Amino acid sequence: MSNPLAIELKGVTKVFGQVVANKDVDLQVRKGEILAILGENGSGKTTLMNMLSGIYYPDEGQIFVNGEEVVIKSPKDSFKYKIGMIHQHFKLVDVFSATENIVLGVNDNEKYNIKQAKKRVQKIIEKYGFEINLDSKIYEMSVSEKQTVEIIKVLYRGADILILDEPTAVLTPQETSKLFGILRRMREDNKAIIIITHKLHEVLELTDRVSVLRKGEYIGTVETKDATEQSLTEMMVGKKISLNIERPDPVNPKDRLIVKNITATNSDGREVIKDISFTARSGEILGIAGIAGSGQRELLESIAGLHHLSDGEILYMTGGETVNLRDKSPTQIRDLGVRLSFVPEDRLGMGLVGNMDIIDNMMLRSYKKGNSVFLDRKKPKDLAESIIKSLEVVTPNATTPVRRLSGGNVQKVLVGREIASNPKVLMVAYPVRGLDINSSYTIYNLLTKQKENGVAIIFVGEDLDVLIELCDRIMVINSGRITGIVDGRTAVKEEIGILMTQDSKEEKNNE
Amino acid sequence: MVTSTAIITLIQRAILQGIPILYGSTGEILTEKSGNLNLGIPGIMYVGGISGVIGAFLYEESLRDGGTVNAFLAVFIPMICTIIGSLLMGLIYCFLTVTLRANQNVTGLAMTTFGVGFGNFFGASLVSLTDSDIPSVALTKTSAYFRVTLPFAETTGWFGKVFLSYGFMTYLAIIIAVLCAIFLKRTKGGLHLRAVGENPATADAAGINVERSKYLATCIGSIIAGLGGLFYVMDYANGVWSNEGFGDRGWLAIALVIFAIWKPDFAIFGSILFGGLYIVYLFIPGLALSTQELFKMLPYIVTIIVLIIVSARNKRENQPPGYLGLPYFREER
Repeated sequence: MSNPLAIELKGVTKVFGQVVANKDVDLQVRKGEILAILGENGSGKTTLMNMLSGIYYPDEGQIFVNGEEVVIKSPKDSFKYKIGMIHQHFKLVDVFSATENIVLGVNDNEKYNIKQAKKRVQKIIEKYGFEINLDSKIYEMSVSEKQTVEIIKVLYRGADILILDEPTAVLTPQETSKLFGILRRMREDNKAIIIITHKLHEVLELTDRVSVLRKGEYIGTVETKDATEQSLTEMMVGKKISLNIERPDPVNPKDRLIVKNITATNSDGREVIKDISFTARSGEILGIAGIAGSGQRELLESIAGLHHLSDGEILYMTGGETVNLRDKSPTQIRDLGVRLSFVPEDRLGMGLVGNMDIIDNMMLRSYKKGNSVFLDRKKPKDLAESIIKSLEVVTPNATTPVRRLSGGNVQKVLVGREIASNPKVLMVAYPVRGLDINSSYTIYNLLTKQKENGVAIIFVGEDLDVLIELCDRIMVINSGRITGIVDGRTAVKEEIGILMTQDSKEEKNNE
Repeated sequence: MVTSTAIITLIQRAILQGIPILYGSTGEILTEKSGNLNLGIPGIMYVGGISGVIGAFLYEESLRDGGTVNAFLAVFIPMICTIIGSLLMGLIYCFLTVTLRANQNVTGLAMTTFGVGFGNFFGASLVSLTDSDIPSVALTKTSAYFRVTLPFAETTGWFGKVFLSYGFMTYLAIIIAVLCAIFLKRTKGGLHLRAVGENPATADAAGINVERSKYLATCIGSIIAGLGGLFYVMDYANGVWSNEGFGDRGWLAIALVIFAIWKPDFAIFGSILFGGLYIVYLFIPGLALSTQELFKMLPYIVTIIVLIIVSARNKRENQPPGYLGLPYFREER
């Protein structure tokens, strides 16, 4: 471990508005080693790496490459220092072949000759053992092949320092082990590799050292051989922080929504939720914890009638009657008298229309009511004004386009509208994402009030502290499966953290 | 042998009809490959035409007192005027859509309305300057230089008539289309330009200057399209400018882009086909005036059919550039 340093960060800080994404982070990567950057969602891993790849510019702190202080202002600067980043969302041109994508933008002052370029690419492929057909088009490729193209693209530009942002999130276990083989060969070739991940077993399997971030702060670095899943989880989630959210006990809970063994696939045919069963009760907040992309979105969309189920059923119980919601569209669900409200994570995409004002957005939910040819604007207007007043939405007036409001206010409008329809089941996904503390608490209090009114609430959150403070029960899902349901009053963060991360290992053994 | 002469004449006239469309669509293909959907092409072709006419008119006027026409200047002045006129139109379009990120469709349609009005206004002004009885400007001296045919056109029979009997701008149109096809398919610059139109964020991340590529492609595309307007006046119309004479050829050019599935080499053949379809009614005897108009629809119908076939086959390479018509913002958090 006496290799020279490839990259060193000293006191790097990055602030977005009021949110501190990275605070005083120190980091060292040596040549010929694989470093993992570990942290929960929103801990600032990607932001930190984006400062190395020239997408963001640090507000404070220094960056050293090969011992010399550098300034990285654009992706071009980043290439210059031989840093290459493989993003989670690939940057490839779909209708180009692999080779065309790889040579894109490389200015080597040579006559353009795709054949010679291909030969050079072929050399890289042989050196590290990639498997790829250079002539096939990107749109014909699997996710794993696209990732391969991205990696070769970075190597073709001569990168010595590679940053991979959650490279295994989209891969099958077999593809993952293939990727790890390639990364090990690059390590032997004396390249410095940084891998961003939250999968503990991958960290233990692949890396030499682990640096941990938590809520934007640098927690520490340990040698992988001295670390265990337990110790890393502790570093990752940290000590319990008291938040003081009121949590009244559920009054007279009744089964409201019973989900039985549901399974669903995404458009690629991959199973995104597998055999999920749970019950949501009235007057109770059921929390859903899990790493982003573990199937939370698909689960809620399935219940709301937006995602097709391949198996299982969803039963809605009301006053002795039972309605099966499976394979029903949102309109059918509403016509059956099921009072279900859904606050999606994509507020301006799925929840509200950005260019319309608050009143019109209120009407989206009610315009079908009534038999008149003309729209009734009076009621939505009253509703809009009462929401603005009661939730303290900061807006010039009710006719301001929603897109102009800040994230917190947009969320208040959306949650306000959904609550106004008097739901019996209220599903909210990441309702406080991007909100400051005050707005967050407004939302938490709203949810608690609804719970006291006897609404069954399903709350998908990312901050474990909040889940533990707010929810009566917490269901943990991982890779589309339930790994446990714990009581919110007795749950410990570490326990949930392990449930969130451990199962992917079992899955690997299953396949 | 009556039919064979008729066929030769049809081919000849189809090519003459097709060349302005070919200029327009080569320019538009280059523009669209950068992701800019320039619906201002009809207007730009108008401006290109009238700019050349103004240049030629002023040159001919300056020689009224008995100077001799210099062959080089007679060609060079209208050309340079056309290039400047259409370049300015391209720059306005780019400034609005690339720098200010205005909506491309709205901007393009406004440019077309503007261009047609610009052409008609200055056309009418020139007509009033000449004090002539008919509402047109005749620049026959200049036109004669544009219409010089290749040698041997008269002596080589049908071959000469089909291949050699045109002015130099006909050959220039085909050369430009071939060069554009080679540029797009075989050069690094072409690869970069296509990347900008397909996925500007990727191009940007790869270190390609997206704004510059869009400006260059759109402005050069506008110049090429403007030359189509010049060809129409100086060659096809024998140097006679009359308002509205250019008609809907600009829209045909945009239709041809789709017909040629964004390939300039296909556009060469497509333009001749479109030209032929556009005038085929003249070769069918005994058509009523209303039926003639039906025949003029043929190119558009063919375009719609091609669009249906291409969409149904769903081959990704034949689709329009991925970010066609969309503005590009470098994402900022």
